[in-house]
Amino acid sequence: MNTQGNTYTIIYASVMVILVAAGLSYAALTLKPFQDKNVQIEKKQNILSSVHLGLEAASQPNKQKYIETLYEQYITEAFVVDSKGNRVDGNAFAIDVKKENAKPIDQRTLPIFVCTMEDASKNYIIPVYGRGLWGPIWGYVALKSDFNTVVGVVFDHKSETPGLGAEINTLQFQEQFNDKQLFENENFVSVKVVKNQITSKNPHAVDAISGGTITSNGVDEMLHDCIIGYLEFFKTQKTLSHE
Amino acid sequence: MSNKEPLFSAKNRKLLTDPLGKSNPITVQVLGICSALAVTVKLEPAFVMALSVIVVLAFANVIISLIRNSVPNRIRIIVQLVVIAALVIVVDQILKAFMYDVSKQLSVFVGLIITNCIIMGRLEAFALSNKPWPSFLDGIGNAAGYGLILIIVAFFRELFGSGTIWGFQVVPESWYIDNGGFYSNNGMMILPPMALITVAVIIWVQRSRNRDLIEENK
Repeated sequence: MNTQGNTYTIIYASVMVILVAAGLSYAALTLKPFQDKNVQIEKKQNILSSVHLGLEAASQPNKQKYIETLYEQYITEAFVVDSKGNRVDGNAFAIDVKKENAKPIDQRTLPIFVCTMEDASKNYIIPVYGRGLWGPIWGYVALKSDFNTVVGVVFDHKSETPGLGAEINTLQFQEQFNDKQLFENENFVSVKVVKNQITSKNPHAVDAISGGTITSNGVDEMLHDCIIGYLEFFKTQKTLSHE
Repeated sequence: MSNKEPLFSAKNRKLLTDPLGKSNPITVQVLGICSALAVTVKLEPAFVMALSVIVVLAFANVIISLIRNSVPNRIRIIVQLVVIAALVIVVDQILKAFMYDVSKQLSVFVGLIITNCIIMGRLEAFALSNKPWPSFLDGIGNAAGYGLILIIVAFFRELFGSGTIWGFQVVPESWYIDNGGFYSNNGMMILPPMALITVAVIIWVQRSRNRDLIEENK
């Protein structure tokens, strides 16, 4: 057979492409459930680590199971509110925070995860999503039940520069947020990420990353823009607890 | 060949062992350098990367060798690329499903195996003109030669850059300046330039041990 002719070449290429496409689709479909599971576990792990839980998961023999047990144990409630602070129907875990943050504040549906600690105190965890230098950044912010004091944060990123912007997912950066405060005399000021200032005494600021200015600013904006949607919810909760 | 050649004849063994030393793809042919920079900060991703390349190159070599007589000459490069790309995507998907954390560390570099010149180089130079079994050995050998360098580089970068090996602390904690000691990790080792310098040192050592590799001055 002439293996150099046009007809042969075209048929050869077509058959090859169809075979390869079929093979790849099959592989993608069979592996999809496992991959989705991994993404879910990662999300649960992030939620837990914002309240400093599950940090030792990496050394566990069965990490998935470990995370899921912890999640079941501590995350006692997950619900959705609108920007007026009223509860609405919805699955908090499945909400796409990226899409919600693209909407105007009054149309957002906002997920909240409630974590009940051993001493029965409650922490409220809210997801945040923003822009870094090269791609999206996201994270979780855990607040005490005064809706002011930060318990902890966790951040992650898609493609920030290693050693610079990517430092936002290190413990050194995230630990700075512990015990910072969102409100100054009842006014929302968020937690700023600042340069050239002494931040250890300032309850509303943390140190930015040297060489990671744009990512740092991204974190700053992300916190402000995402938390602002929850202000009404915080307000209703605070009045409830005063009564 | 009418009389059957043993599976591991001297010639076949050479296919496996040569790329580890005197025809090493990284240190002698200087191919695949870019990924050697990127994935060698820690041992574990370097190891997984080496394994992925071994799988991809071995199977790509076998597949190309099996279809070598039917491939139309004019589209052979495209055929090679399709085979490589398909294998790489499968490897990437498997990593995402079963080794999620490592696949996050390797991120785009698994996908970039497609552009690793070692792979296309071996398909074009070897698999297209040899039988499947020698091609398989050649694939394993070359990918292992690549992986060997990756692992050596990663070993030194992780040891001096982070004080750990495979994530385990080997430099005693009490040595660190923070704990009142005298030692500090070398941050340079984590940055890409040190990968090149480490590779260069390996080339230096290899050349001073094996004089055949040194080009004559003209």
